[in-house]
Amino acid sequence: MMPAGRITALVLVLAGLLLSAWGLAHNPRLFLITLLNGLTLAALYFIVASGFTLVFGLMRNVNLAHGSLYLLGGYIGYAVAEASGWWMLAIAAGFLGAALAGFLIQILILRHMQGEELRQTMVTIGLSIVIGDLLLWAFTAQVHQMEPPEWLDGPIRDIPLIRAYSAYRLSLLVFGVVIGLFLWWLLARTRVGAMIRAGVDDRAMLSAAGVNVNMVFALTFMLGAGLAGLGGVIGAVELSMVPGEDTRLLLASLIVVIVGGMGSVSGAALGAVILGLAETFGLAYAPTYSVVFTFLILVLVLAFRPRGILGRPA
Amino acid sequence: MSAAHWRRAMNRGAGQAQPLRDRFVAAASASSSVLQDRSPPGGRGPGAFGGATTVGQPSFGFWQALMRALGMLRLRHLAALLLLLAFPWIGNDFLTYQIGAQALALGLITLSLTFLGGYGGMISLAQMSIAGVAGYTVAILGASGAEISLGWPWWAAVAFGLGFAVLSASFVGWLSVRTEGIYTIMITLAFGVAFYYLALQNYSLFNGFQGFQRVHAPEVFGVSFRKPLPFYFLCLACALAAYLLVKWTIRTPFGIALQGVRDNPRRMAALGFDVTAHRVAAYGLAGLLAGLGGVLLVWYNGLITPGSINTGWLINVLVMAVLGGMSHPLGAFLGALVFVLLQTFAIDLFDRERFNLVIGAVFLLIVLFSPDGLLGLWSGLRKRMTK
Repeated sequence: MMPAGRITALVLVLAGLLLSAWGLAHNPRLFLITLLNGLTLAALYFIVASGFTLVFGLMRNVNLAHGSLYLLGGYIGYAVAEASGWWMLAIAAGFLGAALAGFLIQILILRHMQGEELRQTMVTIGLSIVIGDLLLWAFTAQVHQMEPPEWLDGPIRDIPLIRAYSAYRLSLLVFGVVIGLFLWWLLARTRVGAMIRAGVDDRAMLSAAGVNVNMVFALTFMLGAGLAGLGGVIGAVELSMVPGEDTRLLLASLIVVIVGGMGSVSGAALGAVILGLAETFGLAYAPTYSVVFTFLILVLVLAFRPRGILGRPA
Repeated sequence: MSAAHWRRAMNRGAGQAQPLRDRFVAAASASSSVLQDRSPPGGRGPGAFGGATTVGQPSFGFWQALMRALGMLRLRHLAALLLLLAFPWIGNDFLTYQIGAQALALGLITLSLTFLGGYGGMISLAQMSIAGVAGYTVAILGASGAEISLGWPWWAAVAFGLGFAVLSASFVGWLSVRTEGIYTIMITLAFGVAFYYLALQNYSLFNGFQGFQRVHAPEVFGVSFRKPLPFYFLCLACALAAYLLVKWTIRTPFGIALQGVRDNPRRMAALGFDVTAHRVAAYGLAGLLAGLGGVLLVWYNGLITPGSINTGWLINVLVMAVLGGMSHPLGAFLGALVFVLLQTFAIDLFDRERFNLVIGAVFLLIVLFSPDGLLGLWSGLRKRMTK
């Protein structure tokens, strides 16, 4: 970051601190609950958007069906939880179901148009229409709400200042951190991660080094889609499932990766925190204009750092 | 048009279309020194641009160009025009209004994307939002069923609607052209969806979920444009004007430079062109087309709600553009016509609920097997026939 950029960042952080000091003095309970809500929402956004950014970083493929995979994972998780009653099984099923769908999309369609980014993107748009309508057909437009597992049901009481807070929402935060750490371990410490990182930097060299690039692509696409599905199951409890949620999460993923920097997992984490906080604070303090905050952040980032805060030149 | 095509077209233009060329020079006489630099690397007859003999007589060049344009008219153009003019008498009111007028209005919005994508190489998913900006402006400033409408005369509301459409399109363009290619699609989609949520959640300006009902076309000189026949001809006139505007623009120095920017932005920048300015200007022009289509669409529907600019519609514009083919402005109207026909008659062929499935599948098939859309299918067929 250039010195001017650093100064801007410093000013922004200071302004944020001042505003939070005012918020704390004004109504500490509201402020802290909003902060927690924002961070837990950010965790969900991070889980979904990290899959999006992984796929984009490696394949330069904007998967606009990502929101549909989120919804698909959510519905699969819902069906499994209804049938078996095991929440953990539902999460695994959501992950695997979406990962399988992603694998099929990659193998059957996207592989045949490698390098044609625009065409790939259009194909994913078509897929999102088709998947969305198939899900609407299968699950109708009814609102589906998943029950949280018993051991996470109900509030945690006796927290200073906040009094009570939903245990499930807090667990989202844990989920986000665990998945973030897992991704960091996978990318930084394993052989597959090294391949993925090498592929992000230079696909041709990776292939020349004797790595089966197609397999790495398929793996990454599966992982990305699976993360969307996992997010779907987790989000199904908190946000409920209904046609239209796919768009919402797709938009969130888009903004998160645009703000944070495309192809960077740490950028996704940063973007998710910014978006989550902006949305919840906007809703709490200025309800009719909460979208405007999100939009302003997007515009500011694009105007001053077109590649996102942590983005690198392609 | 590939770089080679473009170069060939430049050469051909320099050889044959002398009056037209001169008009370009006249139009851009202020920047004729820039024109000198615009010669592509491929060889071109000397002095085609340089001999600016008619700089002082633009009107002469204009008439020459008009005569030339008339001379270019072929039988098929006349036949198509006659068919379009006679369409209301061939079909009934339902066909005229529901199919004809709707396809023309949607085609206008699609044309804005075809122009941006086909000639500028920028796929914007925010075109329906731009149309929505114009539509909402007309509803807010003009008369509607909602109390917060200001009730201005229709011409003022329309003028402001188009103005805001151009402004917002330029703004979206200015922000999104800072990034390239594939990023554009994401950023414009984010803008479009953000505008949808803004219109949905804001009650003081956009009237929230209900939007604006009873936004009707005006009555001018005793002709009520709410009736199918006058409205059809209004749409037809706007669509023809927009079509000719695009056809004309792509032959102007600006249009040719824009296609150069699409094919090789780095080379154009090296030649001294302001790449960003060309792209933003293209967004602005596309905003005008989309705004015009948006105003017509509001009058057609008689209402505007957040549902008119939701993600489904943002994507439908792309579906129509790809369906018809982005290589020619005609594709926009063709795509819109097929879309409207499918939408209207889907109920007879299969379950109406599954319209999205069908349109998604058709879109997928087109993208997978005919990247140039229906126009590509047609030209491919013709090539095979003549072989």
